[in-house]
Amino acid sequence: MRLEYFQMIDRVLSADAESIAAEAVVPEASPVFEGHFPGHPLVPGVLLVETMAQASGYLLLARLGFARMAFLTGSRETKLRRFVRPGETLSVTARLVHEGSGFAVTDAAITSAGKRICEVREMKFSIQDFPAPELAAAMRAQAARIGLLA
Amino acid sequence: MASAFDRIADIIAETSDVPRDTIKPESHVIEDLGIDSLDFLDIVFAIDKAFGIKVPVEAWTQEVNAGTAPASQYFVMENLAKRIEELVAAKSAGTA
Repeated sequence: MRLEYFQMIDRVLSADAESIAAEAVVPEASPVFEGHFPGHPLVPGVLLVETMAQASGYLLLARLGFARMAFLTGSRETKLRRFVRPGETLSVTARLVHEGSGFAVTDAAITSAGKRICEVREMKFSIQDFPAPELAAAMRAQAARIGLLA
Repeated sequence: MASAFDRIADIIAETSDVPRDTIKPESHVIEDLGIDSLDFLDIVFAIDKAFGIKVPVEAWTQEVNAGTAPASQYFVMENLAKRIEELVAAKSAGTA
C-alpha cells in the first residue's frame, strides 16, 4: 500500500466475474502515521473503507472491460472491528451483489491472518463514462500493476 | 399483493425523506418529490431487488435527453409503475 498515493491494493490473488481477492501490505512507515496517530500509528478507518472500495472498483472495472469508471456513492453499513498497524498483511475481498443500470452494489471485507478486521455491506457505485482519458489510462496501468490486467 | 404503485411509493418513502402520504400517482419523482440522483439510485436498487428486474435507467435517461421520450413517461409515479409492471411482465414472458 502507498497510503499517501491512495494505492491501496498491492496484488490480485484471484478474480472472476462475481468476486475478487487481493492482498495489501501496510507499509512500516508513511506520512499518514505521523498524524494518525503520534506514538500510536494506525491505518485510518476511512482508508480501510477506501481499500474495500478499490477492491470493489477493480472487480467492476474488469466486468466493464475498463470501458467505464465506478465511483463510490455510499454504503448501507460499515464495521471497523479492530486496529490495523504498520507492517500488517491484509486480505481484501469483494463480491458483486447487484449490477443495475448505471450502478453496481458490492459487499467487501478485510481480514488479516484469518481474523476479521472490517466489512462493508452494500457498497454502492455509480458507473459512468471516464471523465478524462488520463483516468482511463491510469486505471488500466494500476490494474496491470496489481496483476489484474496482463 | 399491493399494486406496483403502492410498492414503489413505499420504497421511495423508506429510502428517502419523502412522506408516504405525499406520493401520488401524478407526482413527478424529481420535480415534485425532490428525489436527487443519489436517492434515485438507491430507489432503483430497491425496485430491482423487490421486483426481480433491472430498471433500464440509463436507456430511459438517454431517451429523455435525446428528446425521443418525455420525462413524464418514466418519472411520473403512475407511469413509472406502469413501466415497472411492463418489465415484470416481460421478464415473466421470458423476453427480458
